[in-house]
Amino acid sequence: MLLADKNATFWFPPAASTFAEEIDWFFLMILYISIFFFVLVVGAMVWFAIKFRRRPGYEGDSTALHNNALEITWTVIPTLIVCWIFAQGVYGYVDMMRVPPDTLDINVTARKWDWSFQYPNGAISDKLHLPNNQAIRLRMRSEDVLHAFYVPAFRAKSDVVPGRVTVMWFKPILEGEYDLFCAEYCGDQHSEMIKRHGVVVHDTAGYEQWLVEAAKPPLNPIAHGFWLYERQGCKSCHSTVEGKTVVGPSFARSFGQTFKNSKGEDVKFDEQYVRQSVLEPQAQFREGFQKVSQMPSFQGKLKEDEITAITAFLQSMKDDAFLQAVADGELSEADKQGLGIADDAKAETPAAVTN
Amino acid sequence: MSAHGSNHSQTDSDNFLINSKGFLSWALTLDHKRIGLMYLVGVMSAFCLAGVLALILRTELLTPDKLFLTNQQYNQVFTLHGAIMVFLFIIPSVPAALGNFLVPVMLGAKDVAFPRLNLSSFYLWVVGAIFFLSAMLYTGLDTGWTFYTPYSTTTQGPVVAATMGVFVLGFSSIFTGLNFIVTINTMRPPGMAWFKMPLFLWATYATSIIQVLATPVLGITVLLLAAERMLHIGIFDPAYNGDPVTYQHFFWFYSHPAVYIMILPGMGIISELMSVHSHKSIFGYRFIAYSSIAIALFGFLVWGHHMFTSGMAEVTTIIFSALTFSVSIPSAIKVFNWLATMYKGTVQLNTPMCYSLSFIFLFTIGGLTGLWLGALSTDRPLHDTYFVVAHFHYVMVGGTLVGFLGGVFHWWPKMTGKMFSELWGKISCLLIFLGFNITFLPQFVLGSRGMPRRYARYVEEFQELHQWSTYGSYLLGIGLFVALGVVIHSLMRGKKAPPNPWGGATLEWQCSSPPPFYNFMSPPTVNDPYDYTPLEYHGPEQGWEYVHPAQQPVPQTHPVPAKS
Repeated sequence: MLLADKNATFWFPPAASTFAEEIDWFFLMILYISIFFFVLVVGAMVWFAIKFRRRPGYEGDSTALHNNALEITWTVIPTLIVCWIFAQGVYGYVDMMRVPPDTLDINVTARKWDWSFQYPNGAISDKLHLPNNQAIRLRMRSEDVLHAFYVPAFRAKSDVVPGRVTVMWFKPILEGEYDLFCAEYCGDQHSEMIKRHGVVVHDTAGYEQWLVEAAKPPLNPIAHGFWLYERQGCKSCHSTVEGKTVVGPSFARSFGQTFKNSKGEDVKFDEQYVRQSVLEPQAQFREGFQKVSQMPSFQGKLKEDEITAITAFLQSMKDDAFLQAVADGELSEADKQGLGIADDAKAETPAAVTN
Repeated sequence: MSAHGSNHSQTDSDNFLINSKGFLSWALTLDHKRIGLMYLVGVMSAFCLAGVLALILRTELLTPDKLFLTNQQYNQVFTLHGAIMVFLFIIPSVPAALGNFLVPVMLGAKDVAFPRLNLSSFYLWVVGAIFFLSAMLYTGLDTGWTFYTPYSTTTQGPVVAATMGVFVLGFSSIFTGLNFIVTINTMRPPGMAWFKMPLFLWATYATSIIQVLATPVLGITVLLLAAERMLHIGIFDPAYNGDPVTYQHFFWFYSHPAVYIMILPGMGIISELMSVHSHKSIFGYRFIAYSSIAIALFGFLVWGHHMFTSGMAEVTTIIFSALTFSVSIPSAIKVFNWLATMYKGTVQLNTPMCYSLSFIFLFTIGGLTGLWLGALSTDRPLHDTYFVVAHFHYVMVGGTLVGFLGGVFHWWPKMTGKMFSELWGKISCLLIFLGFNITFLPQFVLGSRGMPRRYARYVEEFQELHQWSTYGSYLLGIGLFVALGVVIHSLMRGKKAPPNPWGGATLEWQCSSPPPFYNFMSPPTVNDPYDYTPLEYHGPEQGWEYVHPAQQPVPQTHPVPAKS
């Protein structure tokens, strides 16, 4: 059982941000008002249907046809109530729109069908890691179509509109892991944008520690290639399991193979092909994938050494031991040790990235 | 003479169903009643298709992971379900099917103002429907019924063909609306002032105004969408300097008023049913009539509430929230007036009335749950979740569909001349009522817990509520199937219906059941549409008949109430 689950109630997921208390209280107030009116309406309906039913010896009285006082009463009272609901809704809304000073700013990129989060120190992750009790501001962009960033536990949602930068903020108040959903329909794998436990709220020290680790790419080119595979969005379309097609073809045992492209020519999956596919993905398609391919170009997003690292990773996808290690989609520290591609813990970090 | 005596068809051969025979006598008919029946068959077929698709979706959602549909298939099925329900069923259901049959008869007229336009609007519907369905089935449209850009401008599906289908269907809707506006304006009989009209006509009139004013915007929107997709004119797609939010404004400027095209006629039906089956004049006639017009006008100003999380300016968002709340008041007024109509009436709990009471129960839930979505802070977490799905199904299905079924049962004897089984009619109503609530009540909780819409897969905490919802949908499906069985049984074996089986005082009950092809032998006498005092029940064979001569020997501007 997850830590956060015990905080969920019948109506609500855990109340993990400052918005939750106000919104949940307001939700329940509207619920009570609605139950009152619902009971009134349905109670009157049932009572009238029984009391005035057609039966022998009963004569209806058709004189009650209009009553202005009554009409005004049942116009004015609901009007006053909805005025209050409107005002209270605006009050909460303005709170959500006013970004407080001293926020931690994180850039969010949404794409079909994955999220990517960029932190102030340059770290990139596919899950959103946050420090507790710190106001967060997200600057969100979409690379393709409409998406919506939605964390029910934070009661926070905003559409991510391509061509715009959307800003939203919230302040987590409860440590734990929460689900992140895409709430705006975005195509085939819309529901694969569910990021189970995709938002991790740490204590401040835990966040700092994670942040330092996350900014550090592995030195070993194979591990570095996998690290990029996880962070640059490759993972949302290409699996590491042989024969498992998510959107594009699986990477397992691809390298070195010869396959047909959409024009029927033989193409060898080699270093040159990897480089072309990363920089000009629409240049040639593998047979059978020309219709689904919407792969974006990584020109300008990946440096040469990073493409080299990805090539190294793809090359090791021929290796049984490596395939077994990444079959679950993860490459843990233990896996790296076992494969002999772990970095020395003391190695300096940035050399591999900045040439 | 009794007011209606001369209006009964003297021979059965005048009956509009059989006075001429053969395929062409239907295909080329200008008789509004035949066109109405053809629409009825058409929209019911569309409804059956989209209903089956809904059951497929619900079945897939029994498990969090794949049961039998791939993600892509799921997306295509929900797109088909939504698009067929909206464009081919709900929008034409009451106005085109029942409205066509009833508007001229309620006016004591022979036909609508433009019978040829009426037939052409039916064929536009057929052409649009075939175009739309074949486009969607050919390669599988997966944009959702809303065609949001830039997904719709970049996906592989047959977006242009489908939007052209919508364009043609839009013309069908405009023609029907135009026809009703002219008919109601010019063909009211002497004595039927605006405030002597049956409330169904007020609702139809308000609906027609929306159809004529709003539908052209849909046409413009889908044309622009097609142009963006094919010519990249750069209005909706950010890749060509367009803005997707602009598309949403265009789309909802039609599609929100369209919500009132869907619900207003249902409300009109309920106004008739509540009064007739309570055997008491409608309470607050003017308030109900004005509230229809108010809803039609306010309905044009609230489209932004579909876009509360799209990143509109704050002030705009707040203004749309305020306007959204203002449209809730006229609906509340209607509900209170319907209840007051029952007060001290003589309530007959027959099938149409059971549907009518179901409507009030379900529509009240649908209306009240709008409060959460209109309020800006509670809308944040609920927007685009199952809470919204449940809310609009309570309005569209609990409201429009249940109202439509109530109307079909109420006017069935008039349309076909056959009675139906009261017992099985009520059983169908009960099954639909229970099935509907079991389907959609859990979805409110799913939504408040955070389950987003349009998901083929979901996290396992949601499974139990999804299963309830699926089992409820099966019960709902059975209920609808029983309702279909009731009307089919009635066609085959139903007892002959009297001209006025329920004791209605509107003009359609003054001609025989089914009406002769000319509707009325001589222009019927216009009475107060809700004055039941001169009606007396003569058993199931004769139904209700006027006992007092309704015509006064001296011309008077106002009918004398019989009670004085």
